Amino acid sequence: MRALLVCAVVFGPVGALAQSTMPTHPGAGLLPPLAAPEPYPLFPDPGRPRAAVPENATAPPEQVVAGLSDSSVAITTSFDGSDILIYGAIKRETPIPDEPLDVIVTIEAPSEPLTIWRKERRAGIWINAAQVEVGAAPSYYAVATTGPLDQILAPDWDDRYRISLPLALRAFAGAPDVTDSVPFTEALIRIRQQNGHYRLDEGAVTLVEDTLFRTDIRLPANLVEGDYKTRIFLLRDGQVIDAYRAAIEVRKVGLERWLYRLAFDQPFLYGLMSLAVAVAAGWGASAGFRKLRRA
Amino acid sequence: MQIYLPIAEVSVNAFTLMGLGGIVGIMSGLFGVGGGFLITPLLFFIGIPPAIAVATGANQVVASSVSGVLAHMKRRTVDFRMGGVLLAGGLVGSGLGIIVFNLLQSIGQVELVVQLCYVVFLGLIGAMMLQESVRALMRSRKATTRRRSHQHSWAHRLPLKVKFRVSGLYISVIPPLLVGVAVGVLAAIMGVGGGFIMVPAMIYLLGMPTKVVVGTSLFQITFVTAFTTLMHAVSYNTVDVMLAVLLIVGGVLGAQVGTTLGARLRAEQLRILLALLVLAVCGRLALDLFLRPEDIYSIASRNS
Repeated sequence: MRALLVCAVVFGPVGALAQSTMPTHPGAGLLPPLAAPEPYPLFPDPGRPRAAVPENATAPPEQVVAGLSDSSVAITTSFDGSDILIYGAIKRETPIPDEPLDVIVTIEAPSEPLTIWRKERRAGIWINAAQVEVGAAPSYYAVATTGPLDQILAPDWDDRYRISLPLALRAFAGAPDVTDSVPFTEALIRIRQQNGHYRLDEGAVTLVEDTLFRTDIRLPANLVEGDYKTRIFLLRDGQVIDAYRAAIEVRKVGLERWLYRLAFDQPFLYGLMSLAVAVAAGWGASAGFRKLRRA
Repeated sequence: MQIYLPIAEVSVNAFTLMGLGGIVGIMSGLFGVGGGFLITPLLFFIGIPPAIAVATGANQVVASSVSGVLAHMKRRTVDFRMGGVLLAGGLVGSGLGIIVFNLLQSIGQVELVVQLCYVVFLGLIGAMMLQESVRALMRSRKATTRRRSHQHSWAHRLPLKVKFRVSGLYISVIPPLLVGVAVGVLAAIMGVGGGFIMVPAMIYLLGMPTKVVVGTSLFQITFVTAFTTLMHAVSYNTVDVMLAVLLIVGGVLGAQVGTTLGARLRAEQLRILLALLVLAVCGRLALDLFLRPEDIYSIASRNS
């Protein structure tokens, strides 16, 4: 019961973290899939080793068959975000069970190391006083579901597949130098949710006749390059019964790609080119204005 | 019109950037400051990563200073000999500054030191300039032109005296060299051209006439920022040429407008304007330091 409540707190709307709702789903009758059923922490220590997930050891009775509208996203000069349509069907050999069926779709950008700083007032000035280094956190992470996440996903299954936002954060780099790192990770999620880089769209997946599903996920303009991990989970009674994975390749193309490669492969040349552009522009404007004034 | 920046990996509005460049360009032409002290914080504000803002800001300053220095050369208000001495010091200082910058980065207090530097230097210089130019304005109203006593100061008693004909000075090269080094160090740490420090230093420390100060400082800034841009591009890959071009388009046009405006205004008025501007930026930064921030947490990406 407590575990589910905790979940609800995490996924409350932005800015209303404390305003929790009592979960209506009883969550009873679930068998913990892992050997060590520790109390489900709000922000587990990301340094804890991840359990190997034995996936689909036996063919599940229901399976996801899915497709993406784009298997790659091209970042052009005028790129300002992209919508990805994720759709699919559920393949089954047996009659539809009675329990409700739910679908969760996640998209995860490549991870990057980052530092979370907290300011404190020292001698009247606000300075960065404490830090927590996160070894790897996705620069973008979206979760779309058919219903409230805390009701359709059991905590231990969340722990196992690392679906919810706090769990999607990866390892800390070394031991954090603060005793309580929870406010830091909370702040990371809060800030990234505010700028749209972490998002939870409950109810954004539409499910038809317990067989067909689809959702649109908006990728923001500020994307980094890399393979975006897409996962689709099929759930019954809070338990993941099938998982499907695919990758969306996000790449710069054309001028963007050429400049990027030049900057990293030939930095001196790139630097000279930048200077040449600057000097030419400065000289050109000067000459142009002189002509204009004479005319 | 949104445009995706290849190095910064963010999408921003092209017209916003051109507008920023334009404002900074006008100031560059008007005051002989590169505008880096404004462009860098403004780029932070619109979400450009700090390292890229600093490096690209330097590249933008190159363009607006070239544009400005050419305009000044036409009016023969550049003291090349003085500029060369300042530049020699500036390059040494810039190298030293980059070492200090790396040191600060490793202990995670760059932001604080940069902000403190801005507040202290801008505050001191702004107050000093305002006081001086108001006094000068009063004096010129009474129409008594009197040589200020500090024009014959310790700077005239040092060895290695050189004649700076354009400036009408016969002083030792040591003070300008030191000014160059100091400006170079600060330029590298604060990510600016250093004009807003050099202009007052030239006027009040070296006693140069105001009309050659702007052109000469632009001359020095052009080369110091070019050096900085190249260093950043080679060692950190943080120059975003797409961002630079957008800023430059606005900047070069602004610089020409600024130079034209500058020729119409009187030197004292110009200095009062610059002093007020410097104080305004200082006040804004000081507020950030002393007021409780909106969010006491912040995220810094750590590129390995």
